[in-house]
Amino acid sequence: MSQASILYDLPGPRAKRRNAILGVVSTAGIIALLAYIGYKFADTGQFEARKWEQFQYASVQRELLGGLWATLKAAGIAAVLALLFGAVFASARLSDKWILRTPGTFVVELFRAIPLLILIFFGYYVPLQYGWSIDKLWALVIGLMLYNGSVLAEIFRAGINAVPYGQTEGAYAIGMRKNQVLRLILLPQAVRSMLPAIVSQLVVLLKDTALGFIITYPELLFVGKQIGGRLPFGLPYVPAYLVVGAMYIAICGALSVLAWWLQKRMGRSRRTAAKVLPAQATGEDAARMV
Amino acid sequence: MGEFFRVLTDNGQLFVEGFTNTVQLFLIAAVGSLVLGTLLGAMRVSPVPALRAFGATYVNLVRNTPLTLVFAFLVFAVPKLDVNIDYFASATIALTVYTSAFVCEVIRSGVNTVAAGQAEAARALGMTFGQVLTLIVLPQALRAMVPPMMSVFIAMLKNTTIAAGFSVLEAGAIPAYMAERGEPQFAVLLWITIGFLILILPLVALQRFLERKWRVAR
Repeated sequence: MSQASILYDLPGPRAKRRNAILGVVSTAGIIALLAYIGYKFADTGQFEARKWEQFQYASVQRELLGGLWATLKAAGIAAVLALLFGAVFASARLSDKWILRTPGTFVVELFRAIPLLILIFFGYYVPLQYGWSIDKLWALVIGLMLYNGSVLAEIFRAGINAVPYGQTEGAYAIGMRKNQVLRLILLPQAVRSMLPAIVSQLVVLLKDTALGFIITYPELLFVGKQIGGRLPFGLPYVPAYLVVGAMYIAICGALSVLAWWLQKRMGRSRRTAAKVLPAQATGEDAARMV
Repeated sequence: MGEFFRVLTDNGQLFVEGFTNTVQLFLIAAVGSLVLGTLLGAMRVSPVPALRAFGATYVNLVRNTPLTLVFAFLVFAVPKLDVNIDYFASATIALTVYTSAFVCEVIRSGVNTVAAGQAEAARALGMTFGQVLTLIVLPQALRAMVPPMMSVFIAMLKNTTIAAGFSVLEAGAIPAYMAERGEPQFAVLLWITIGFLILILPLVALQRFLERKWRVAR
């Protein structure tokens, strides 16, 4: 916050003093809150060595890495499929022919309105009932693909639409065909403008793999519960979830920073006439971040 | 087709109970996250660096944590801290903690959409902080906030289903009960989908309407 905020002027001597007092009081409040949490942890023995010692074991570390691998595998497959799904349905929605546009719109709007967990349940419970064996991984991946693919389709569409219309007109004027306009003029500019938004959506997808926990797909969160439920180590749920949470925050945080960096970089770039879609949506699509 | 309707009529009570709890969960968590989110948003636009840092840390930590992990922490880890809350309360707290980070961001970016010149002019006219806030900044910022805020709450309504994995009988938990009763799951899930569409589509329509109506040229 280097520039002056909308809400207040640069502080004068009195405001400076008041802000300093508020700063001290609120810092004290925050420290008191953290101290209380720390006290609660210590009081219930969360810092005991036996609750943490299993993280030193190579087998437990391998278990955690296995969970991380399962999470990343689901996220990786789902990301590729969702990008493809998004590309197909975005082009359907952008088509000139209503016969493609209408079903495209219907599918994209429908899958964005259904809770992701319900989509995953479609892949999990329905085959289960008929005795087909479908891998839990695929139930999770299909749900993630349908939901995130629909959101990505909207991002792609917004990206193409963000390229000023003059670009299309110019391209047609020099005799390009529709295919060439899209391939040579619109896409290269649109990709630059939507890259930050795509990366943010992939962070959401990665976070959503944690829903696999509910259908007992052995991903990171599931492994965390197993580690936390071990009686010989005093049921270390708190340490286990803190470790798992730190892993999620590290990975998703790194990707979020990448999205933010891309947004800064693309914002400066002169190689696109389109406005960069923000990594964190503020308009109609704010929901996609949640 | 008859089978499809039978699933609903035979298990009507379960569906009603499930969706009632979903709506309850949604309403309580919506109020909670609006309050907590506004508080955090106020921190993030305040002139006190310590509060700004606290708000930013909260938002960045929560935004990069899966909601399912927040649920799991509250349900499995918090009782180990000698804090006992029932499943429904845990679910509302999890949803509140998670959603308020997004509410906070909506509020912060809403305030930031108001051009600085607006408040400068108001102060030049001699308005006090309270007047600037209530007469100049908020009326403009609220217009920019309402559509994304609704998106956040629509997403939260969908997120209530996650409580199903943590022993709360809401709409998302219906399939697990139906599996025991041996009902055709495809029909069950279709009915749940229809239920959610009934809840969500009016909100989406209202949101798009407000967005068009309040689109401000800046």
